[in-house]
Amino acid sequence: MNLHNWCLEVCGDYACFTRPEMKVERVSYDVMTPSAARAIFESILWKPAIRWNVTRIEVMNPIKWISVRRNEVGKTVPAPTAKQMAGVAVAPMGIFIEDERQQRAGLFLRDVRYRIHAYFDFVPPSEHKTNHSSEFWADEQEQTEIVRFDETAAKYAAMFERRAKKGQCFHRPYLGCREFSCDFRLIDDLTVEVARPIDETRDLGYMLYDMDFDRNADDPPALFFRAQIENGVMNTDRRQIEVRG
Amino acid sequence: MTNEKLVQRRYDFVVLFDVKDGNPNGDPDAGNLPRIDAETGHGLVTDVCLKRKVRNYIGLKMDEKAPHGIFVKEKAVLNNTIEKAYVNLDINLKEPPVDPTDGKKRNKEGQGQGKEIDRAKTFMCQNFYDIRTFGAVLSTGANAGQVRGPVQLTFARSVDPIVSLEHSITRMAVTTEQEAEKQGGDNRTMGRKFTVPYGLYRSHGFVSAPLAQQTGFTEDDLELLWDALINMFEHDRSAARGLMGTRKLFIFEHSSKMGNASVQKLFDAIEITLNDKSRPARDFRDYSVTVDADQIPHGVTLIER
Repeated sequence: MNLHNWCLEVCGDYACFTRPEMKVERVSYDVMTPSAARAIFESILWKPAIRWNVTRIEVMNPIKWISVRRNEVGKTVPAPTAKQMAGVAVAPMGIFIEDERQQRAGLFLRDVRYRIHAYFDFVPPSEHKTNHSSEFWADEQEQTEIVRFDETAAKYAAMFERRAKKGQCFHRPYLGCREFSCDFRLIDDLTVEVARPIDETRDLGYMLYDMDFDRNADDPPALFFRAQIENGVMNTDRRQIEVRG
Repeated sequence: MTNEKLVQRRYDFVVLFDVKDGNPNGDPDAGNLPRIDAETGHGLVTDVCLKRKVRNYIGLKMDEKAPHGIFVKEKAVLNNTIEKAYVNLDINLKEPPVDPTDGKKRNKEGQGQGKEIDRAKTFMCQNFYDIRTFGAVLSTGANAGQVRGPVQLTFARSVDPIVSLEHSITRMAVTTEQEAEKQGGDNRTMGRKFTVPYGLYRSHGFVSAPLAQQTGFTEDDLELLWDALINMFEHDRSAARGLMGTRKLFIFEHSSKMGNASVQKLFDAIEITLNDKSRPARDFRDYSVTVDADQIPHGVTLIER
């Protein structure tokens, strides 16, 4: 089941939708990816009961680039050892940035503005995947009662609309990387605010569609699609385009 | 950690800082020239540069002690390498997991499994201020879990285009014997130094209350963050930086977790104008910072520091 489409206008000074083949020295895709758009909707509202689908991305600003080189850290934080946790004075924890330094350039987009369209699928409570083992519940009654029958898609739709209208969000949405935060605005009426995307039609080649968490939540394989912008509009509707993975 | 002490409201903030005759953030791609947006001429300071300063300040102020340890360190700040006072979590990685849902026996000795991974994450968040605040990529568990911190910073951008000056400087000594010989004992070398005569930079930041719940970011931590943002340049003096300082910190405090207004509206309420457009700015006094109080909607409080 899906309710009507929502349209958000998002804009920011910079964006980096990193191409998976060039992620050491990051190079952005020309246009926002559907997965980045999905994350923006999710940063406003997400619950296990809804799954966002991005149908259309309209590119409102001309595609411009900027190159930035930064000092980055090339290491992930190791898990603390038992001794460290117990408070024994052993090897120090922490990363010394001088030792783990990597200078990486990034080719980012600048001054971007998109209109992103999406709807959500409603996942009824009975189909939720939960991590709770049977011990999580006090008794069987509690477990069955948690499947609430008053759950409806309309409830989440109203929640999303309320939040988006007020500019509320779970966390600040961003354009690819967290340092490129973005502003969003819910477009109320698409007939009043008609989009004027850039006048550009071209084939963008294969682009990341999203990660396939359904197949493997721990190590999701990537899904790709043939991205095309037609008069500044990219169709990302899974019901109409082919998504391969 | 009690729940009331965790940050319960959304915050958005604007930091204004300036530089006088210094290089706020060198560009490694351009031979350490001050970062500049080539298209508009505005100066840039990266988010990571500012986060480094916050980390250094907290490290100095709290003496690197838990629960205010700093995980990503710079050697200059580090004076004590043995961290004390870890919170004891009572996990013995040699014995079978305490919680039977984590498995009956240990798959690999000395490695956490199941919920213990979460406990390791919690441990890191509890002990390290920077992990709690900015997050970190942790290699706990099979798929490198991540901690997403509540605080998010953006690139700082100068209010007006900047110019960078190049200065040639001399040194009255040489490093090696050979160099001295080559110069016939003249022993002088030339160096270069870049400065921005004056630049007022504006950076935006966000504190997400729901993410604060996840990492245990408290009201006290938030207070420390404001303190760090105000004083971060006071302990970052060096030959390259010149005179830098935080001039103003505007904090928009929402009355709810999710926030009460769109952030752009709030940020637009703060306007910075150059008083005399006919001559370049050389001091903070050359700018006027005005706040349009009418633009701040109900439910949002502006705190100026």
